[in-house]
Amino acid sequence: MSDLGELYQEVLLDHNRRPRNFGALEEASHVAHGHNPLCGDKLTVYLKVRNGVVEGVNFTGSGCAVSQASASLMTEGLKGKSIDQVEAMFTKVHNLLTGKSTGAEDTEDLGKLRALSGISGFPIRVKCATLAWHTMHAALTEAADEISTE
Amino acid sequence: MTTPVQDYTEHTIAATTRRADVARLRSDFPILHRQVRGKPLVYLDNAATTQKPDVVIDAVDAYYRRQNANVHRGLYMLSEQATDAFEAVRESAARFLNARDSSEIIFTSGTTGGINLVAAAFGSAQVRAGDEILISAMEHHSNIVPWQLLCERTGAVLRIIPITDDGELRLDAYTKLLSDRTRMVAIVHVSNALGTVNPIKQMIACARECNIPVLVDGAQSVAHMAVDVQDLDCDFFVLSGHKLFGPTGVGVLYGKAQHLEAMPPYQGGGDMIRSVTFEKTRYNKPPQKFEAGTPNIAGVIGLGAAIDYLRGLEWEAIGAYEHDLLTYATEKLAAIERVHLIGTAPHKTGVLSFVIDGIHPHDIGTILDFDGIAIRAGHHCTQPLMDRLGLSATARASFSFYNTREEVDLLATAIPKIFEVMG
Repeated sequence: MSDLGELYQEVLLDHNRRPRNFGALEEASHVAHGHNPLCGDKLTVYLKVRNGVVEGVNFTGSGCAVSQASASLMTEGLKGKSIDQVEAMFTKVHNLLTGKSTGAEDTEDLGKLRALSGISGFPIRVKCATLAWHTMHAALTEAADEISTE
Repeated sequence: MTTPVQDYTEHTIAATTRRADVARLRSDFPILHRQVRGKPLVYLDNAATTQKPDVVIDAVDAYYRRQNANVHRGLYMLSEQATDAFEAVRESAARFLNARDSSEIIFTSGTTGGINLVAAAFGSAQVRAGDEILISAMEHHSNIVPWQLLCERTGAVLRIIPITDDGELRLDAYTKLLSDRTRMVAIVHVSNALGTVNPIKQMIACARECNIPVLVDGAQSVAHMAVDVQDLDCDFFVLSGHKLFGPTGVGVLYGKAQHLEAMPPYQGGGDMIRSVTFEKTRYNKPPQKFEAGTPNIAGVIGLGAAIDYLRGLEWEAIGAYEHDLLTYATEKLAAIERVHLIGTAPHKTGVLSFVIDGIHPHDIGTILDFDGIAIRAGHHCTQPLMDRLGLSATARASFSFYNTREEVDLLATAIPKIFEVMG
């Protein structure tokens, strides 16, 4: 049985208390708003992408410890990554959160993001954690569409 | 003359008696004896749904085992018995709400189903562009969205009765909002998010002066107080079976006969017709006019068992006990640092909403669950109310007559543990 310590790992609690990269990013190239209708939590993710590399990620919004920490950890994890690496990380985190990770090789390069591993034991809280990631993904893909039409 | 000592003794005896009564009532609800995560279940989410006594569970079981047949159709004994049992619940629901006649009782899928029925059927006949529907700032989404849909269809306008920061309706504003354009007042009896008991009798009297019909959303009131629709003089009253110790998927719409007769049907289908040809269909009379298709027969029979069960209880004693419990819980939680109560209207029942500084309600809910305590955390399907209060969510403990002071103590003891977990 999952226990509370697995969900509320120290890294997660720290990022909830002191969210990193919190605040709007003025020079953002991609922005998307996320909303969790279950709890009413709202999140905005800002990305600055140049030459296919994420140079900056910020977020704003409010939510539970899981959603805040997941967003904060995400901003740290994505900085400096290429779009392809972001896609790979998105998939890996999604697998981690939904309990689909099969072994250590799936998560070894996730670093601090492994603090999200306990969430899969709390199915009702998975959406709290995926909100930031889906919002980030929407920001990248929707903005890409806009760019392609120019 | 009574001395203070005797007062105290009498009070103690009364309290002891109440405890004994509650212990007996608790034994009627099998789920209250289960454990969650190795702890006894402390069920404080009664505003979401109430638990079911054995008599309700047994009635549904017995219906499927011994009586199952479709109603209003069969020419055989089994169908006759099922129909009799089904229609007997209409009679007891009418008595429960003190309706003038059982034909004023329509079985629905629940409160949401009932409001949608009225908004669609009454609305399509009575509401035109420029008309106004009046609701309050503390409505559940189910008493907002059906009226918005009606407004979209007709060009009518939704008007909102404001509330105070304590969660009380502003009656001064209400009376000013009533006008010759108002076609309906739809108002919640007891707020599911705050526990506020609205002065609906007074509000109905005001609307009556302007001949404006009033729908009362009784989803949260009927499990806590006696309701007399004739005394209230409401035009419509809706409730859900599952918040009244009955099964899910069944509810009651009470409507005054004059409205039900004038209203067009809601859904078309079997049972709601008198005769059908491809040229012309003649509709059945109320209540059948509004009950198209095979109803939730087992649900209705279970609801009947719940109503019978409640008829054996003394509402006055229940009301006093619940009032005492809510007062106790209010004092206990208010005394905890960082806890802020949401909804502090003077007249409340059943609900204690709160927030904790720096901790999101979802985290409160998850952590309390590890102590076996079930509360609700979220916007409670009242997003406009949360916006009005400047919150995204609250934690909500909601009570029933089977809850105890001991359970409140467990909640109050568990809250400081949340601070430990969250650091």
